[in-house]
Amino acid sequence: MLRRTRAGGSFIAVARGVAWRNLHNHFSHPMYFVPSLVFPLLFFTAFTGALGALTNVRGFDFEAGYEGFQYVFVLIQTAAFGGVFTGFAIARDFETGFARRLLLAAPNRKGIIAGYAIAALGRWVFTAVIVTGVAFAAGMTVPAGPGVLPLYALALLINGAGILFASGVAMRLRTVQAGPLMQTPVFLALFLAPVYVPLAVLEGWIHSIARYNPVTAFLEAGRGFLVGRPSGVGLAFGLAVALLLAFGVWALRGLRNAETSG
Amino acid sequence: MREFTRQVSVLGRRSIVRTLRQPASIVPALLFPLILLAVNAGGLRSATDLEGFPSESFLDFALGFAFLQGAVFATVNCGTDLARDIQTGFLNRLALTPVRGVALILGQLAGVAALAVVQALVFLGAGLAAGASVRAGIAGALVLLILSFLVSVAFAGVGALLAVRTGSGEAIQGLFPLVFAGLFLSSMNMPRNLIEADWFRAIATINPVSYLIEGLRSLILEGWNALALLLSFGIVAALILVGIGGAILALRTRLARV
Repeated sequence: MLRRTRAGGSFIAVARGVAWRNLHNHFSHPMYFVPSLVFPLLFFTAFTGALGALTNVRGFDFEAGYEGFQYVFVLIQTAAFGGVFTGFAIARDFETGFARRLLLAAPNRKGIIAGYAIAALGRWVFTAVIVTGVAFAAGMTVPAGPGVLPLYALALLINGAGILFASGVAMRLRTVQAGPLMQTPVFLALFLAPVYVPLAVLEGWIHSIARYNPVTAFLEAGRGFLVGRPSGVGLAFGLAVALLLAFGVWALRGLRNAETSG
Repeated sequence: MREFTRQVSVLGRRSIVRTLRQPASIVPALLFPLILLAVNAGGLRSATDLEGFPSESFLDFALGFAFLQGAVFATVNCGTDLARDIQTGFLNRLALTPVRGVALILGQLAGVAALAVVQALVFLGAGLAAGASVRAGIAGALVLLILSFLVSVAFAGVGALLAVRTGSGEAIQGLFPLVFAGLFLSSMNMPRNLIEADWFRAIATINPVSYLIEGLRSLILEGWNALALLLSFGIVAALILVGIGGAILALRTRLARV
């Protein structure tokens, strides 16, 4: 029992230390946090500003306007990329040798992954607050009122899946040059979904892909939460939890890989 | 003059070899514009149903933007390479030789110029293979390639200017979001007359990037639009003057500093 308590204590101590260091590094270096903030704001501004006319397309019917429609996409995107960008930090820690020292010093190495996951969450919360503020300033309405809260729970799960996926890659390859391998699959999954118009309005090959893309389920459920008519909630949360579990195993195996690499 | 040509040729060869040896510079510069083109052409197809949209195919409409997005990579690649030369002391050692600043900048642009040729051919080839057509015909396609090449060189010149001024690769990478903002806050996804948000239309109208895209796009969608092409070539000339000219002037100070 005592042993279990100590193990639990070391897990928390390691997680807390890793999370604090990562958050401190992130927020004290503008070159790290500015891009992670600028890109979602840029997407939101550019899409809502330029593409508002798409609401006139036949079949496009969304109560919260184009701002709300894009807000859900950008929120999900920040959640996923919040995880991916933290994966970059892990790779950087391996390149500088810090991660190796961390592996030697940490009494509970699973705490390292937990620490990075907490940092990813902290980074996402910061970005999400700013993006939400900008969306409201741009005129977004939330017909669902407090009923929108499950959207944030869904985004939180996606953020967790994102960091676990990226940490699995980072711990296997242990170089910043692995960045495209973390970024590209997430980018493709996000953009091969109904980003600009609802699924029903999409046509051609992209519609065929979007139908089976898990991100479509996240966006459709998220947009449903925003307008107070949730649909496909079970599917979206089920997929998010499944991704979280699968990438959790992927990340833990990545950790083993890093441990055995010497 | 012969000595100057030799200097440009030696430094140019070095720049081209360095570019070819860095797949991380080449692959994203070729792949990302194509991915975004495919995604936008599919995802925004319904925009062609809007009244007044200038094309029945969003692929035709979006193809011009791929060339410009490729040019953004030129800015970052050229800037980062030159900044690395400053950081590693290569420029300091060059300052001890009779090499001229103009030769150094022109040579440095050779790698980006070579990549720009490949990019232009790949983007046009991929677009045509996917079903796009160039309304201005074969001559128009040639002008498209030339304009695209010049845009890349002009953007690379801006990258070189920033590199000489800051001397830091990280600073160049940090400017990437700003360059990207310049692209997104333009008429890249929608003709300016169909942008409903007044504030966004105003930004897109004063953003020179809009005119670069519209020049490239005009050859694909309209045929020969003298005004669009004149604006495009004019902006490219101004960028070359500011970027490359500014980099050469700034290099004098930096070479004198070492």
